[in-house]
Amino acid sequence: MKADIVEKDHAALSDIFNRDEPRVNWHDETLWFVRQKRDKAAHGTSDWEILRETASSIKNNVLSDLDNYLRQFEAKAIENGIEVHWAIDGAEHNRIVHSILKEHGVNRMVKSKSMLTEECHLNEYLSENGVEVIDSDLGERIVQLAKEPPSHIVLPCIHKKKEEIGDLFHEYLGTAAGEADPQVLTEAARQHLRDTFLTRKVALTGVNFAVAETGEFVVCTNEGNADMGAHLADVHIASMGIEKLIPERKHLGVFLRLLTRSATGQPITTYSSHFKKPRPGQKMHIILVDNGRTVQLGRESFRNSLKCIRCGACMNTCPVYRRSGGHSYHNAIAGPIGSILAPNLDMKKYADLPFASTLCGSCSNVCPVKIDIHDQLYKWRQVLVKEGHVSPVKTAGMKAMTWTFSMPGLFAFAGKAGRIFMKYMPFVVNNKLNPWYKEREMPAPPKEAFREWYARERKKIKK
Amino acid sequence: MTSREKILAAVSANKPDLLPLPEINVPVSSDDVVQRFVTVAAGIGTKVYMADSLEKVKEIIHASLNTSLRVIASLPAFSDFAETDITGLDPHSLEDTEVAILEAEMGVAENSALWVPEDNMMQRVLPFICQHLVMIVRKDEIVDNMHLAYEKMAAYKSGYGAFIAGPSKTADIEQSLVLGAHGPRSLTIFLM
Amino acid sequence: MKVGLFIPCYVDQFYPNAAIATLELLEKLGVDVEYPAGQTCCGQPMANSGFSHLTGGCDELFTDHFKEFDYVVAPSGSCVLHIKEHLHSEKEPGEALSLRKKVYELVEFLTDVLHVKDLQAKFPHKVGVHQSCHGLRGLKLSQMSELVEPGFSKPGYLLNMVEGLELIDLTRTDECCGFGGTFCVAEEAVSSKMGKDRVADHLQHGAEYITGADLSCLMHMEGILKRQKSDVKVIHIAEILNSSL
Repeated sequence: MKADIVEKDHAALSDIFNRDEPRVNWHDETLWFVRQKRDKAAHGTSDWEILRETASSIKNNVLSDLDNYLRQFEAKAIENGIEVHWAIDGAEHNRIVHSILKEHGVNRMVKSKSMLTEECHLNEYLSENGVEVIDSDLGERIVQLAKEPPSHIVLPCIHKKKEEIGDLFHEYLGTAAGEADPQVLTEAARQHLRDTFLTRKVALTGVNFAVAETGEFVVCTNEGNADMGAHLADVHIASMGIEKLIPERKHLGVFLRLLTRSATGQPITTYSSHFKKPRPGQKMHIILVDNGRTVQLGRESFRNSLKCIRCGACMNTCPVYRRSGGHSYHNAIAGPIGSILAPNLDMKKYADLPFASTLCGSCSNVCPVKIDIHDQLYKWRQVLVKEGHVSPVKTAGMKAMTWTFSMPGLFAFAGKAGRIFMKYMPFVVNNKLNPWYKEREMPAPPKEAFREWYARERKKIKK
Repeated sequence: MTSREKILAAVSANKPDLLPLPEINVPVSSDDVVQRFVTVAAGIGTKVYMADSLEKVKEIIHASLNTSLRVIASLPAFSDFAETDITGLDPHSLEDTEVAILEAEMGVAENSALWVPEDNMMQRVLPFICQHLVMIVRKDEIVDNMHLAYEKMAAYKSGYGAFIAGPSKTADIEQSLVLGAHGPRSLTIFLM
Repeated sequence: MKVGLFIPCYVDQFYPNAAIATLELLEKLGVDVEYPAGQTCCGQPMANSGFSHLTGGCDELFTDHFKEFDYVVAPSGSCVLHIKEHLHSEKEPGEALSLRKKVYELVEFLTDVLHVKDLQAKFPHKVGVHQSCHGLRGLKLSQMSELVEPGFSKPGYLLNMVEGLELIDLTRTDECCGFGGTFCVAEEAVSSKMGKDRVADHLQHGAEYITGADLSCLMHMEGILKRQKSDVKVIHIAEILNSSL
């Protein structure tokens, strides 16, 4: 396979990531720690499994009645004084944001965390159009300065060590060279971003939950950055995926109890801000974005991926994610959930992701809304093979293996003749090095197979 | 066809058969919700005091915070050292607020969050822009969990409100917890 | 009852002792066991790689060879899970569906069907149990660490009947070893790293043997142990439960 810098797949990127073993250990331990915090919070919540089932059922209902909920939400939001926009795809979403900025004669914006805007590549679009965007979430600001995408949907710079962050801040925020104390660095970011909040007239936030019953939406942060931006801006734009709706206000109780415990192990984020009406004198906009969600909704095997509340628990528990890093998934959303969402957008580009898994099933167990993630990974594999997105070499190997397995005599002969594994999956041998052999000894072939032993020993007894 | 029409049509065509909404199970409340609230709050870095008078509250505030700098309070009882009316002020002008003293409508024991509707905030930005936040809440307004909180506030009509649980924080730098990210550096709660 | 013994392809070829131990153990417990000679594979390697549409041949062979038995027992959690979830037959659809309910992994057969209460087994060593993912989360052989549910362990229950055996604790009780079928070579770097970390956990806690219900996982960890020139060995649980002296 050609090593194209831009087109490297998960396996190639993970290989690079694994060259620094101590760093992999650090990344893995850090995320496992977050998984443990989640476990502690879950085990401390006596009705945890009931909560998951309830949330799952609520989201099942939402997906089955989504058009009505969308209409209801829109009507209520408009009544509240919010202007509602609809965007078919990321490009349209970006144009809408830009047009709002132009309407107000503004070319600078402060943004709080929104994975949807990552998906739409909003920052790049605005930058190309002469608009400066400053990400106010500390982790997002760090990756923005580093000119990288976030590697995790909740912990954007989990892949960065404090010394590296210190170097970035020294270059861009004027902190002392070699300063790596998180307290000092955070204080520097606080001062730097405070000025941003005080001077930007337009603030964009994401949406954690939107309530159809009341036309309000909730934004959850620990830092308070969404509120600092929105309450000081003349214009508040909120971007949301259409699947973020929940039916009634009271359902927030279910989701707010699950979200942060699943994400970081905290009982709730510091701020859960309920936005219903603009501040007097302020304009509020909400952009409802499709970007492939309606297509996913129509895929019976995969529609449940739309239940996702973006907690990141699946990433923290995934043994593959922890040892390959979010950037190996070359997608806005990485990890298990990213791997079942992305192929819907572009099967060719993301064909590698559903295979970046051992199907261990841990993700499905931590998912607060009970998405059958590992089952969907298996099902995507079948789809991708059928659609021809798997290498022809692998396909040939699989067909040969099938043929061998359907004929007992041939199987016995083949087993006896050599390792089926190596002989019938040529892509293994066609690599410069036998990949198994890189870090592992081969299993020692025994004198005889079980079937031979049985035929010999048990025939003796029968006689 | 507008994008709106296209999206709604696509949803209608692709959605599955209707599935019903479930009942919400409200867990059994703990025996002592106030104690639970205090324990959880302390665990997340909030300072909690019991107080039986506003005089006591003032005493502690003066002792623990720098009240010689700008203080804004929603209760007239604090007018001896705080501004109690900021109507019509530009929110940006609140930038130098050292301490804000506000009242919460209720508290939630399972996560020590305080529900603060807009009407209690004086201005939306105030509880975020101040360096230190002080919240006063009545003990008998503490409920056990979020379901009960939403039941209790069913009639609320404010254009904005927030659950506030603890001082602002971040762990984005190598999972090291730092208090005082963009919002207040500390949260002090008085239970009355 | 008549039990059909299903020996997964790689167990047959690389670990016949585990298959022999499975057979002997069942017979010791009074079970009438037969090994149909024409069996090959459950089809899982193809299916997990996205080629489930090619598994028809395996499915027909399996259905044909095992339909007459009251139970089918196999020393492999992942194969059994695959059959339970995916076995189908064009020729004999009813038989295939009823076979799904009759297939058992060895450990669960011992606890749930034979209700084994004691074993005449002896294995005086420190043993670490690897909770293979398909057996754990698919067949529910033990409680999963992610869930807020009461704990239990079917392999642990059986191993506690073995004289002299000391079960060690692990730091991460049920993390995946990284074998994952073709994953072990297609994503070699991550697979090996996961295997190394699993092995390290057992070594840190003083394991002399690593056991489990799935030889695929054990084969992967054995490869790493041998590369590290470790004295620690892998052994299928059937061999421990069948051991004496």
